[in-house]
Amino acid sequence: MPAPTDQPPAGSSALRLGTALLLLQQAGHVWPAGVQPGSIAWLQSAIDGLCELSSRDALTGLSNRRQFELALASEIDRVARTGEPALVLMVDIDHFKRINDDHGHPAGDLVLKAVAKVLHDCIRPMDTVARFGGEEFAMILPNCPPLFGQAVAERVRLKVQGTSVTIAPGQQVSVTVSLGGAYAPQWVRSSPTLWVERADQQLYRAKQEGRNVASLEQPPSSLVSPEEKGLLFGTSQFQEFL
Amino acid sequence: MTPSPIQAAAPAHAGAASGPRGRIIAVTSGKGGVGKTFLAANLAAALTARGERVLVLDADLGLANLDVILNLEPKLTLHDVFTGRCTLEEAMLPAPGGFTVLLAGSGLVEYSRLTQEVRVQLEDIVAKVAPRFDRILLDTGAGISDVVLYAVSLADEVLVLATPEPTSMTDAYATIKVLATQQQRRRIRLVVNQVSQAGEGRAIRNQLQLVVDRFVVPKIEALDEPLKLDLLGEIPTDAGVRETVQKRRLLLETMPGAPAALALVGVAQRLAA
Repeated sequence: MPAPTDQPPAGSSALRLGTALLLLQQAGHVWPAGVQPGSIAWLQSAIDGLCELSSRDALTGLSNRRQFELALASEIDRVARTGEPALVLMVDIDHFKRINDDHGHPAGDLVLKAVAKVLHDCIRPMDTVARFGGEEFAMILPNCPPLFGQAVAERVRLKVQGTSVTIAPGQQVSVTVSLGGAYAPQWVRSSPTLWVERADQQLYRAKQEGRNVASLEQPPSSLVSPEEKGLLFGTSQFQEFL
Repeated sequence: MTPSPIQAAAPAHAGAASGPRGRIIAVTSGKGGVGKTFLAANLAAALTARGERVLVLDADLGLANLDVILNLEPKLTLHDVFTGRCTLEEAMLPAPGGFTVLLAGSGLVEYSRLTQEVRVQLEDIVAKVAPRFDRILLDTGAGISDVVLYAVSLADEVLVLATPEPTSMTDAYATIKVLATQQQRRRIRLVVNQVSQAGEGRAIRNQLQLVVDRFVVPKIEALDEPLKLDLLGEIPTDAGVRETVQKRRLLLETMPGAPAALALVGVAQRLAA
């Protein structure tokens, strides 16, 4: 393959780029410096910008549902291979309808953005946080041991609870979230749909338990603890101390 | 909301209707490469020799190799049944050893995940074949995937295969734990393969039972009956096994006097008892 040049590719003038360029402009796309419009490098930048756009939620700037599903599918394959624990958290704003009803949809949008920001601030760069739909968000936390999962979920819950959102000059509201979490089956070959289903069941439980609650599924019982291994192979270090 | 696969995996056969039907035995191991398919094929031959009508159903839908062990080149597999390209009848093939097989065909990646469709199809096939045999062996895949757990949930009994290797023992233990806590299994059959000295299988069974009693039993809320590991036999390491597997022949046919073959006959005997 010839090295990319900044020469306009043959036929590029025939491409219908009008809408794409408008979308990129609207999204504040930053073109690489010194790039010739119509060149390969310029087209590549446009494609990258569009890919980025198609993976983001317009309102909150988080990953969108499509991107979430891609990340989930690749994470579940990774877990099957490495056996690392991974957690999916479903996060739903409690009584969101009341915000819309009492203060109007623009206020609702501000709340969504504020919650999105809290979620984004609670995660590591390797994590994915997405707007799943409506007032529901989803997070994928790779390599998250069960002990940390509960802590992360609690941190999110408390941070949202402690955040007030200015919806109009001098007018603030605050909301709470309910969280449901499930670990990827550490065994091979599960499906993303089932993983989310299980997290959703926990979310349902959190709502049942009165909202503003984080409910995580017990880690899969196929995990074999060091104590169990110790007894299995008769090499338990603490046996002597019992 | 659909129940999780694990909850759905509560014995699907429970209360299943009526009529005499064969006993379904799932052969599973946790770890792969411990001789699951070898055991299923040769156990089927041993049971057939006892006069039983036996079917081996290859439930390792993603990575089947029953055909490899039996030197069959299947023209028709479960995949063809699932997609309506042939009838169940046509896919049931005679195997060396006198039993019948239903092969999955390798590389059916689309079935390696438990979808509602796969659930329904597997259950349907098991229900259809069960009345026609005395015993059905389900050769499951490696790991504790939800397909494996689902296939096991269709069985009346579970046979866990382990070797004395620590990784195999750990995985066998994890499998037993999942089966006891999530599928309410109370009696789990154990076969220990590749044993290097007599009595090793018994020792491993006892050790597993010890850990189960200490760590698994307290997790079960209402223990209606004791959780018991039942040793069906130990199969000694035997050069004949490797040789027959490489030649893609049944050990029981080519070397019926080999120590491993004799052990397999013993396993069949205790299973049938």
